[in-house]
Amino acid sequence: MLSSLIYDRTSPLSCAKIVVHLHASPANKEPGPYQQSKFSYFKLSFKEHGQIEFFRRLTEELSQKRWESTPMSQPIPTATNSQTGRTRAVGIVGIERKIEERRKETEKISQSKLMVKAKEMVELSRSIANKIKDKQGDITEDETIRFKSYLLSMGIANPVTRETHGSGTHYHLQLAKQLGDILLAPLEERGGMMALTEVYCLVNRARGMELLSPEDLVNACKMFESLKQPLRLRIFDSGVMVVQLQSHSEEEMISSALDNVTDKGSLTAEEFAKLLGLSVLLSKERLLLAEKMGHLCRDDSVEGLRFYPNLFNSQA
Amino acid sequence: MSFEWPWQYNFPPFFTLQPNVDTRQKQLAAWCSLALSYCRHHKLYTLDIMEVQECPVFNHKNIDRKLSTEAILIVFEELRKKGNLEWLDKNKTQCLVMWRRPEEWGKLIYQWVSKNGMVNTVFTLYELANGDDTESEEFHGLEEWMLIRSLQALQTDGKAEVITMDDGKGVKFF
Repeated sequence: MLSSLIYDRTSPLSCAKIVVHLHASPANKEPGPYQQSKFSYFKLSFKEHGQIEFFRRLTEELSQKRWESTPMSQPIPTATNSQTGRTRAVGIVGIERKIEERRKETEKISQSKLMVKAKEMVELSRSIANKIKDKQGDITEDETIRFKSYLLSMGIANPVTRETHGSGTHYHLQLAKQLGDILLAPLEERGGMMALTEVYCLVNRARGMELLSPEDLVNACKMFESLKQPLRLRIFDSGVMVVQLQSHSEEEMISSALDNVTDKGSLTAEEFAKLLGLSVLLSKERLLLAEKMGHLCRDDSVEGLRFYPNLFNSQA
Repeated sequence: MSFEWPWQYNFPPFFTLQPNVDTRQKQLAAWCSLALSYCRHHKLYTLDIMEVQECPVFNHKNIDRKLSTEAILIVFEELRKKGNLEWLDKNKTQCLVMWRRPEEWGKLIYQWVSKNGMVNTVFTLYELANGDDTESEEFHGLEEWMLIRSLQALQTDGKAEVITMDDGKGVKFF
């Protein structure tokens, strides 16, 4: 039985909480979900909001004690098993239903508002795009680039140029040049290779605002070679994508992998990663490459995947 | 004389089917050689797939590695292609292992026959494979199916003729 209700505002860091204190259950308690509980209170935790409204309503209900006046014999439709006439279930179901209805209303409103906004955006961009087309020359190239990149960053296809995939856009070109500058130092630090996911995090962290989308990053990286940048995008057999320094020597990488493995007798990707201070993902790719070139062979068992020097080749 | 295991037997990767094609070729060659020499050593002529998985050749308990059934079948397919193995059933549960091919056996038998001046004599199959005279020979104890194939190989060469007699088969050497 409820004895009191406390609105817990004490901890500003955690979620708002409502603490409901309970009396001990009387001997003549009606049958319900729990016969008794060893706990004398329970907490309701509200992640985002709703606690004020809930607190108000709950206090209201508690003071009115409407459940005591509702006769049990009333035929009330319930969502749950109605054989024992569980009025408690009805109450909760009713509240749930109301919440659901309200949520649907709000969703409908937001969606339609969004749709209107989106339409407006598309109209606006189209009109500006046309103006650019007409007044080509009046608007500076820099502004055009900025505008196009703005559109792209919102996921709207560039309305001015006709190319959408493959050959890339002016935006991607600029981006590729920018990346070439940003990534040189980090790449050197990491032995000449970085997973595309690492690049994505690094670049976006640096940008702060106007974050790059993954598609833009990939499209820009694909242009490295044509721009004669000292970097290139490389896709391994496994599908893993990395950005690599052009000067990065594959031969060296493989022979050093072989040296490491021979030195330790055998290595797993995790052990190799630790040794080199690289991510497990990249370490595994190196080992796989060395295996592909015939320098290593594998031992795959319940103990895990382990790489050995390829003695099948070197030993008689 | 105890069986001598090749260095690969103690190399864990030996028990993993290698994805690199060139490496795999060398691995399979080593497996074929090991399987055949093991069978030769223990004079095994027929193998059962289920039993073979637990055999020390494919199940190296000391290093806790065993060859998967899939890999065993691949090794056996290699042996079949080289003429050293023959499936007894469509489901590939039993096979004949010819660690020496019929032609090779035929040659050995003929060598013994001519060395002992027994050309133009008739032998029963039993005498040849199980008789006292041949006890020290390698082909002693040769299973009948293999013996017949070996003699048939000689027959093709014109060096012998398999004869059917009252109580079984026999052979005459020329």
